[in-house]
Amino acid sequence: MSSRPRLDYRAKSHLSYFAYACHRFSGLLLACFIPLHFLMLSQSLRGAQGFEQSLALTDIWIFKFGEWVLVILLAIHLAGGVRLLMIEFGPWNGLRKGWIQLSILFAIACGLLFLYFAN
Amino acid sequence: MSAGVLQAKLWYAQRISAMVLGICVAIHLLIIFYAIRGGLSVQEILGRTQGNILFAIFYEVFVLACFVHAPIGLANILQETFPKTGIARPLSWILALMILILGTTAVVGVYTGGQI
Repeated sequence: MSSRPRLDYRAKSHLSYFAYACHRFSGLLLACFIPLHFLMLSQSLRGAQGFEQSLALTDIWIFKFGEWVLVILLAIHLAGGVRLLMIEFGPWNGLRKGWIQLSILFAIACGLLFLYFAN
Repeated sequence: MSAGVLQAKLWYAQRISAMVLGICVAIHLLIIFYAIRGGLSVQEILGRTQGNILFAIFYEVFVLACFVHAPIGLANILQETFPKTGIARPLSWILALMILILGTTAVVGVYTGGQI
């Protein structure tokens, strides 16, 4: 493994760099969240009452907001990941910029759906 | 194993796990939208998962794919950002073990409902 190459302004202003940054940022935050998510779900081992206590945390607004952000990050990471797999394993067809726009729209749609269903 | 071969194998493992995760995350998003209607409750969650072997298998596959995918990504980011510190490997192993142990515990928990 080597350190990241230095990129100038032109490379960083490219739409693919934006997609790369979004994928890394969402992936890193999801990696931090996943152990906490599993820790909360594993409280179900203490029975319904024990599980109820930890699930009550999700009623606090900051946790609700966090869930909403995480669903958006999950959607961004999913759609961005599908784009990467298509670039790497599919027939070469450019950088699939349409998929970047689709990822953003998909994430917005998932965020709105979450708000709609979560009252 | 040389560093180059290891890198190639890790790259491939992350891509294969990404393919599994792509399906799992899409299904999980649908389950999230279904589950949050009217708020989350323990009765609803355990009602879906307790004794349901298909749910347990699906979520254990999900955990195993996360166990492969997330630590490799974290190691890449740490190695590129802090190349001389040597923290990439230990921290990614810690994340891997946390995902595997806590994730499997969570799957067993929601499958049994604490009645082992």
